[in-house]
Amino acid sequence: MQFDVLILGAGIVGSACALECARAGMKVGIVEPNVPANGASAAGMGHIVVMDDSPAQLALSRYGRELWQQMRQALPATVEYEQCGTLWVAADEEEMQEVHAKQRTYASVGVETEILDAQALEHAEPQLRKGLAGGLRVPGDGVIYPPAAARFFLDEAIRLGATLLRGVLPVAAAQGRVKLQDGSGLSAGAIVIATGVNTSLVPWITVQPRKGHLVITDRYPGFVRHQLVELGYLKSAHKLTADSVAFNVQPRQTGQLLIGSSRQYSDAVPDVDAAILRRMLDRASEYLPRISELSAIRVWTGFRAATPDKLPLIGPTPDRSVFLAMGFEGLGITNAPGAARLVGDYLLGREPAIDRTPFLPGRALKQAEAMRA
Amino acid sequence: MSMRWDVLIVGAGPAGMAAAVAASRGRLRVAVLDDNAAAGGQIWRRGLGETAEPAKQKMLHAFKECGAVLLAGRRVVQAPEPGVLEAWCDETNVLERYHYDRLILATGARERFLPFPGWTLPGVMGAGGLQALVRGGYDVRGKRVVVAGTGPLLMAVAAHLKHDGAKVVAICEQASMARMLPFAAQLAKKPSKILQAVALGANLRGVSYKTGCWPVAAIGNGRLQHVELTDGRRRWTEQCDLLACGFHLVPNLELPLLFGCRVENDAVAVNAMQQTSVAGVYCAGEPTGIAGVDAALLQGEIAGLAAAGNTGGAEKLVARSKAERAFGEAMTSAFRLRDEVLRLCDANTIVCRCEDVSYGSLKALADEKNNWTDAKLLTRCGMGPCQGRVCGPAVEALFGWKNASVRPPVFPVPIAAFITEPQSEFDNQQALQEMQ
Ligand SMILES: Cc1cc2nc3c(=O)[nH]c(=O)nc-3n(C[C@H](O)[C@H](O)[C@H](O)COP(=O)(O)OP(=O)(O)OC[C@H]3O[C@@H](n4cnc5c(N)ncnc54)[C@H](O)[C@@H]3O)c2cc1C
Ligand SMILES: Cc1cc2nc3c(=O)[nH]c(=O)nc-3n(C[C@H](O)[C@H](O)[C@H](O)COP(=O)(O)OP(=O)(O)OC[C@H]3O[C@@H](n4cnc5c(N)ncnc54)[C@H](O)[C@@H]3O)c2cc1C
Repeated sequence: MQFDVLILGAGIVGSACALECARAGMKVGIVEPNVPANGASAAGMGHIVVMDDSPAQLALSRYGRELWQQMRQALPATVEYEQCGTLWVAADEEEMQEVHAKQRTYASVGVETEILDAQALEHAEPQLRKGLAGGLRVPGDGVIYPPAAARFFLDEAIRLGATLLRGVLPVAAAQGRVKLQDGSGLSAGAIVIATGVNTSLVPWITVQPRKGHLVITDRYPGFVRHQLVELGYLKSAHKLTADSVAFNVQPRQTGQLLIGSSRQYSDAVPDVDAAILRRMLDRASEYLPRISELSAIRVWTGFRAATPDKLPLIGPTPDRSVFLAMGFEGLGITNAPGAARLVGDYLLGREPAIDRTPFLPGRALKQAEAMRA
Repeated sequence: MSMRWDVLIVGAGPAGMAAAVAASRGRLRVAVLDDNAAAGGQIWRRGLGETAEPAKQKMLHAFKECGAVLLAGRRVVQAPEPGVLEAWCDETNVLERYHYDRLILATGARERFLPFPGWTLPGVMGAGGLQALVRGGYDVRGKRVVVAGTGPLLMAVAAHLKHDGAKVVAICEQASMARMLPFAAQLAKKPSKILQAVALGANLRGVSYKTGCWPVAAIGNGRLQHVELTDGRRRWTEQCDLLACGFHLVPNLELPLLFGCRVENDAVAVNAMQQTSVAGVYCAGEPTGIAGVDAALLQGEIAGLAAAGNTGGAEKLVARSKAERAFGEAMTSAFRLRDEVLRLCDANTIVCRCEDVSYGSLKALADEKNNWTDAKLLTRCGMGPCQGRVCGPAVEALFGWKNASVRPPVFPVPIAAFITEPQSEFDNQQALQEMQ
């Protein structure tokens, strides 16, 4: 079969790319060896959040959030989009200083925020422990249910003519040809590799699985109202080596709470690690003392696809037919629509809305060469 | 100092108690964990099957005297490493850790529910569930009750409801008489079982027992008022206050799956010694296939003897155990679900009550060749607080989707369980004292 573009991997990123290309009238094929959205897109939290850890990340996540907001009306109810906002919680005066700095950063790219003092924080989230210094509210952030969103993108793409090839495993992709495990092949003008944490088709890039634990509770409507994240989150998310935990709690539309977050560089074994789970929940109960009384109905793990510089790989490779859209670490849900736009821009020769050079896969090649040298 | 139990048993029903009694004969350290406050399991704890009173008293007495420690009120939720399991104790709010050498899983079975229009109305209950409520003091005197579904449990429940003063309007058994005849013939061969059946029959005089009859809808304004029934040819309604409904039993496989035991044909695969595919882990009673209390007692005894190293003793029981298993197979075949009861839902009928998932949304996914993983991801069917315990067997019957994986904790526990360091039960002086 001949396609204009073949997308490998039907996680949220591949599905968003498929929809973007199908909308542009391309003949799209999507290849998924497993159940669509079974990977990180099934495991993640679904926080749509503007992150300011680097200017490039800030631009991409702001772009992603904007695109989510634009499609809000079109999203089916199953996606459970809830613009609950993020509340970055400051424990002490030092963190309050960071709140001010963060507000300035967000203001510089036009992201609305509101500073809460101790009293306003208590009023906004009565379950938080007393004595916290305050926080920063980002009202435009939200929460979705990622597998349903991924599936919606995929179904829309199929409705517009895309073909899903399910249960087949690509083993090589080069020069417009995708070789499948059964020996057969597919060809296309362009190939987009969106295989998440799996680098088997692009062994020259470094993506490390970074394990995260999540706990979901029974329904407690109103227990918290915003996605609550400790201000120290970025510090923890950025530690390159050591395992870390941070307070990160999400209210679901169902009234359930989703509790994160942990980060571990580890083998890709999905087993629950009791020690880090304990640290993570300890941290959560420091901020929300009564959380320990709530009933946990499920615990699971997922793997973030971490690149050495924490930025995703989006764009062309030395093989001009092959494009990448992977390595989204803990932000692939937020960033999927923006990444799909950028991929579409490359394929269609459109002018991108944001600077795309920081995401060029070439940097990974350079890193690999540097390492070999 | 941490102590290991030579034989640790999960489940203090007939199978688990028989296992404890048998294993204790070998002067081993034996403990039995159960999530209820008392031993007895589904039938004896509920006061069901009272006609088997002598057997019950005998076993309860033997269990009490055998020296095994009953650790009641503990629900096994996870198994962090081989030889270790963790149980949540509601009373103390502590996650306890137990070390063992050999493990016997005797986790029993639960009722299967099938959705049909109106089945979520107040007034529609599980047959066994209603029975338990009545035991707990719920007054059914003068209430009109229809008992419907399939399996021998319907008769037992009806007899007890009648005894407790309910007006049992009808028992509707979906299986046809023709299907049940071979099973009835098996029953006739079993003196103990025939006695029970006769006694039940006596209790049920004056109650109509209709075979080849099933509910199509529960109807009522905010609560059950009528049930619509059919025999496949005509439909009629019965006015009633309660509909006690159950579609036979399904094994509790969560713990065996958690321990990695191989499951075949919806039951834990075991050899003649009740040994599972996992070394040192035995399984007895309903998880190995629904076969009733006599099978549970025998399998428990075999597992207990085998786990205590007395294979010779266990081998003597194998022939009888095989016969009981054959009885179970005849029962399964007799009460197989007819296709009609799998076609009762309309698009809006709720299948998963925890997550409010309708039949229509699942059917649409099934029609597009999606599997159980797709369905769970997209609808969250089976991912609520019951973790698919209720809807899982229904979904399997309706769409052929099997839930083959479990995650710890296998039962919901307070977050506190994960925060505090699990407590080794060896600090539990009481248990040790009880042993002496
Ligand atoms: C615990 C946790 C919490 C998170 N929280 C958030 C959050 O709050 N907000 C946020 O924005 N992000 C979050 N993330 C990150 C987000 O989930 C991921 O970045 C995102 O899901 C990545 O999507 P993807 O499509 O790249 O990868 P995946 O969803 O993993 O999809 C990759 C797909 O590729 C397929 N595949 C594999 N090999 C091949 C092959 N050879 N050929 C073809 N296909 C193949 C896989 O089967 C899979 O379906 C979180 C992640 C984790 C683990
Ligand atoms: C609702 C119901 C009603 C029944 N009524 C009758 C009847 O009237 N007459 C009749 O002949 N048969 C009846 N049966 C069948 C009867 O239960 C079995 O034939 C027999 O009791 C099986 O014994 P068992 O030891 O295998 O299981 P059970 O008696 O079910 O014992 C299993 C025990 O394990 C415990 N357990 C399970 N998982 C865990 C865990 N993770 N942690 C701790 N404890 C755990 C359970 O709470 C239970 O106490 C009924 C079954 C059910 C489900």
